[in-house]
Amino acid sequence: MVPLTYYLLLSGILFACGVLGFLIKRNIITIFMSIELMLNGVNLSFVAFAAHWHALSGQIFVFFVMVVAAAEAAVGLAIIIAVYRTRETLNVDQVNLLKL
Amino acid sequence: MTPEKLSPLLCTIPLLPLAGAAINGFFGRKSSRKAISAIALLFCGLAFCMALFIAANFSSASAPYSFPLAHWIRSGNFTVDFDFYLDQLSLVMLLVVTGVGFLIHIYSVGYMWDDDGYYRFMSYLNLFMFFMLTLVLAKNYLLMFIGWEGVGLASYLLIGFWFVKDSAASAGKKAFIVNRIGDFGFLIALFLIIKRFGSLDFTTVFQAVTPLAKETSGAGLLTAIGILLMVGAAGKSAQIPLYVWLPDAMEGPTPVSALIHAATMVTAGVYMIARSHVIFEHAPMALMVVAIIGTLTALFAATIGIAQTDIKKVLAYSTVSQLGYMFMACGVAAFSAGIFHLMTHAFFKGLLFLAAGSVIHGIGGEQDMRKMGGLRVYMPWTFLTMSIATFAIAGFWPLAGFFSKDEILWKAYSSEYGSWVFWLLGVTTAFITSFYMFRLWFMTFFGDYRGAPAPAAHGHGSRAGAPAPHNHDHGQGEPHESPWVMLGPLAILAVLSVIGGWVEIGGRFEHFLAPVFQSGGTELATDTAEAASKTTEYLLMAVSLLAAGLGFLLSWTLYYRSPGVPARIAEGLGGIYRAVANKYYVDELYALLFVKPVVDGSTEILWHGVDQGVIDATVNNSADSARHVSDKLRHMQSGNLRSYAGWVAAGGALVIAYMVWMGVR
Repeated sequence: MVPLTYYLLLSGILFACGVLGFLIKRNIITIFMSIELMLNGVNLSFVAFAAHWHALSGQIFVFFVMVVAAAEAAVGLAIIIAVYRTRETLNVDQVNLLKL
Repeated sequence: MTPEKLSPLLCTIPLLPLAGAAINGFFGRKSSRKAISAIALLFCGLAFCMALFIAANFSSASAPYSFPLAHWIRSGNFTVDFDFYLDQLSLVMLLVVTGVGFLIHIYSVGYMWDDDGYYRFMSYLNLFMFFMLTLVLAKNYLLMFIGWEGVGLASYLLIGFWFVKDSAASAGKKAFIVNRIGDFGFLIALFLIIKRFGSLDFTTVFQAVTPLAKETSGAGLLTAIGILLMVGAAGKSAQIPLYVWLPDAMEGPTPVSALIHAATMVTAGVYMIARSHVIFEHAPMALMVVAIIGTLTALFAATIGIAQTDIKKVLAYSTVSQLGYMFMACGVAAFSAGIFHLMTHAFFKGLLFLAAGSVIHGIGGEQDMRKMGGLRVYMPWTFLTMSIATFAIAGFWPLAGFFSKDEILWKAYSSEYGSWVFWLLGVTTAFITSFYMFRLWFMTFFGDYRGAPAPAAHGHGSRAGAPAPHNHDHGQGEPHESPWVMLGPLAILAVLSVIGGWVEIGGRFEHFLAPVFQSGGTELATDTAEAASKTTEYLLMAVSLLAAGLGFLLSWTLYYRSPGVPARIAEGLGGIYRAVANKYYVDELYALLFVKPVVDGSTEILWHGVDQGVIDATVNNSADSARHVSDKLRHMQSGNLRSYAGWVAAGGALVIAYMVWMGVR
């Protein structure tokens, strides 16, 4: 039996990778993938806790997160395509019309 | 007529001019000049008729009349009401104010007809009448103070009537500010009266004072009250050291100078002292102060009058000097003599100013006597009336000024508070008065006309910037006589200047006023002294007549027979002459002693220091620091997506770190 700590560490690493990717990368698609990574890092901790405490609610919650992530991916990718069509770039630093 | 029927009329007298002022003030701008004149004259004339009616039905037996109009202040035991009051003293003032005031209203119709602010002028004049009548008819000090301040307001408005002219505007301010100093003293006197007697009602206060002992040995509360009242009177009546505003007040239109700054308002101080005679009789030291200030002012102002060249300035200093006489009379407890001189002075000085106005009007706004001369040919009526007034003020028998001035000089000598010093200074002043008045008379009406016979321009140049009140149709630059609407009042006042003094023959005026002033011991003193010193009185009378005659002769010699001499004398005197011509540099001294420190202190400390340094700095600095902080903070909101994310991540990390730390503890 793998101890809970390992799962949580992995989950933390995944989440940290997501955050780092989000902060560092300029490509919108990569950023989007980083967000997914963070979500899945969180999902992993949900599942790990659920298995540890023998509570089903954590696993149910993961399904909700997945549904939301799927919906978000649909909308997000649509926006990315729209952005690319108008701006012809995927660099977030150039999508800055609202900047000071 | 019973007091019950007569008393209610009292409150209508002040209210009539107020109605006139309100109508003209609110609706005058769109009315025709005829309508404005009709309203102003109607209400003022009605007030005069009412005063005459009251005077006709006045009986000394039932006096004083009083009429409580309305409640005003009721606070515990302390009450002040809108009460009107009429005794012999107020009756004299009432007749003088309404009578002379009405005549000057008529005159103003002619004098101010062509001025753009005609309705404003008439409205202000009526307003002045309202406040002056309130002052005279008030039954308590506070109501009197309202009138007192109100006439000050009217005076300010009328001095600065031609407010586009800078000198007029600042003269108005000067009058107002100098009067504030006097009013400060007056107010403190009122507070002391409230504190000591718990009331401001004349009757109550004077009844409370009467049984008190005279403060002969030292200065007590009554002395303090008396001196503070005198400070107030000195402000309003232009006595040393507060006289400086009155000569400047001549910037106002000439009818204003006649009405406010000669005949009525400036005598309010004398009236107030006479009204408070009970207090003064219990405070000999205060009386002494009044007498000394009055005497010094009389002499001082008279000497300045010698060297003035502006016709109105001469009359202004003459007014200050004559007011000094009135205070001298009050200061030796000869209040009825003071009031008597007040009355005759209102006649002849009002006349002098109006005649001077007629002269100024006739030669197109020129006020410099050096540019006049020979005018008796051009304006015979003005010349005639002005001559009467000049002889009256110089004190020639049997004109009004002789009787009143002589009465004062005699009282200054014989009264128990009097002294030969006052008399001597008084006679000297009489001599100087006679001299400078005849100087004015000779320079204006005799010799050759020295003014430039300006063709069509009409010679307004000397008063550049002034909206000259004389733009009438006379195209020629030659001096001309004024219209009848102006000469009428002159004629009436001339008659009064002749016969005005006769009321005192046989001491009738003094006896008439005696019920008001009898509470003091002066009546008895004069009665006993009278028989013994008749010879002295005639002797002194002869001396004062001689002084007047000498003044005339000197003036005649210098300004009629050999007009070149005065310039040589002035040259010979050098510095002394320059000091007199420059009014002893009193204005400059005050500017140095009081105005400059206040202006500098205000500029450096209050403006640059407190206002800019503290108040502005607080506001500006807090605004500045807020701006600086925001300037830094706004960079957080860069619009850069990843920096937002970074802040979110940092915040999250901070929260987690906190929780971990708390959990560890």
